[in-house]
Amino acid sequence: MFGVYFLMVRFHPLMQINLALAQICTKLGDVQANLDKHLSLIADAKRQNTDLIVFPELSLTGYVLQDLVASVAHRPLEDDPVFKPLLKASRDLDIAVGFVDEDSRHRFFIASAYLSGGRVLHVHHKVYLPTYGLFDEGRFFAWGDSVRAFDTRFGRMGMLICEDFWHASPPYLLWLDGADIFLLSSASPGRGLNDKEKLESARWVERVTKAYASMFTSFVAHANRVGYEDGLHFWGGVTVFDPNGEEIVHGPYNEEVLVFAELDLNQLRRTRSRLPLLRDERTGLVQNELNRLLSRG
Amino acid sequence: MVNVNLMINTELARTILTGFIRSEVTRVGYSHAIVGLSGGIDSALACALAAEALGPQNVLAIRMPYKTSSPDSLEHAELLAKQLGVQCETIEITDVVEPFIRRDPEISKQRKGNLMARARMIVLYDRSEVFKGLVIGTSNKTEILLGYSTLFGDSASAINPLGDLYKTQLRQLSRDIGIPSVIVDKAPSADLWAGQTDENELGFTYEEVDKLLYLLVDQRYSPQECIEAGFDDKFVGAVVSRIRRFQFKRMMPPIAKLSNRTIGYDFLYLRDWGT
Repeated sequence: MFGVYFLMVRFHPLMQINLALAQICTKLGDVQANLDKHLSLIADAKRQNTDLIVFPELSLTGYVLQDLVASVAHRPLEDDPVFKPLLKASRDLDIAVGFVDEDSRHRFFIASAYLSGGRVLHVHHKVYLPTYGLFDEGRFFAWGDSVRAFDTRFGRMGMLICEDFWHASPPYLLWLDGADIFLLSSASPGRGLNDKEKLESARWVERVTKAYASMFTSFVAHANRVGYEDGLHFWGGVTVFDPNGEEIVHGPYNEEVLVFAELDLNQLRRTRSRLPLLRDERTGLVQNELNRLLSRG
Repeated sequence: MVNVNLMINTELARTILTGFIRSEVTRVGYSHAIVGLSGGIDSALACALAAEALGPQNVLAIRMPYKTSSPDSLEHAELLAKQLGVQCETIEITDVVEPFIRRDPEISKQRKGNLMARARMIVLYDRSEVFKGLVIGTSNKTEILLGYSTLFGDSASAINPLGDLYKTQLRQLSRDIGIPSVIVDKAPSADLWAGQTDENELGFTYEEVDKLLYLLVDQRYSPQECIEAGFDDKFVGAVVSRIRRFQFKRMMPPIAKLSNRTIGYDFLYLRDWGT
């Protein structure tokens, strides 16, 4: 018994996460107003003993930024006026926020930052920028060029932003890099109204996030925003799935709300004892086949 | 003929559209809306959605008859306004339009119709200033795609909740939302002259054209694929041509580019900028 306990402590210092998903509406281009909302919700979450609060894609800026991009960009540094109060708040609970990151050479990225204990633990730059249909991200943003998991006080996590997880490879890479908890964030415009119960866009996202939890035997949390920007409607419906692919929580559609979920991290061990997909994953085979495909020139 | 299902989840449409009206009206500091109520289905639905979104007391419905307008139209508009509990005004446009018509004995039906539609736009925007309400658009996806509207007339509005619904979908939503059947079931008409109906003027029914538009626009079928799916080739040709010909009605006037940064090309902000 002691051995088992020791192992679990080693891999997951805390066995439960009280997670909050902030299903919010943002003001387009008004970073200060959005920051105030973040701080207020972080305070609410703190009162409810939350360990980690996750905000949606571009939660500090709004989504269809177009020519506003440069004017809403910030750097996740201690002396940045937006990140300073967020970093301070992260001494009480961990925070994942969405923002526009400007690098030292003035490239602008759609980004998520994970803040904990007053420090920035990780920044992810969106690696897939949809530039088709109603989307025009590639016109305004630089493409991120890495997908990395990172260690937190709850274990190893990975963050992806919207279109990143419409592609199968980024979640797969995070899984191989050790992520057991996937924090996915979106500003997903609702589309595809037909006679079904849900919008096509909502059904699609729920299907794939559930599939990732099942295939990677991991926790998958999805934070999505609500509200409108011109005619675009963001549908909300945040979700958390456990390593069995079972739904832990499902937020309402179209309402601004803070949704709470308890993640029992021991479920990772129980599921993977039953279903050793991670153990059996043949990364060497993947590599060989990728090498073959890429060497075709 | 390929099976085209245009049915929608009307409860979901209702939630999204009332949320849209509430959001887009209130975020610019308004709380009121104005709808020109013709007695037809489109404006009835727009009015009902606005009343649900903002509260009926915050919606002003305006009836704007011309001397040849059908008495049914006035009656149906009144019926709806009463049912919804919205405020209602009647402002005749005959006196506004007549002087133009008298100036030119040769004036066509088409031009008269355009004058009426634009006179109504003037009334709506003027009352909008007094009532402090945004003008809610009533154009649907079918007529926008077919260009079946008067530019700067009935196509003018502050926001349009109906522009992504085909006419047949709009009928389904109207029924489910409780628009009186006398309005939902009557033949659609711009009522610009006696006996005018949309379907006579267009030369096809909404039910037929909506299926074709759905394949062409939503499902990205080529015209040839639509013909192979069972549509008459002349019908397909006429509709495709209308869509292309009336693109100008769906756009702001293009600005001739001279500088490095030109409105419409590389000065890009949503209307909801800062809100």
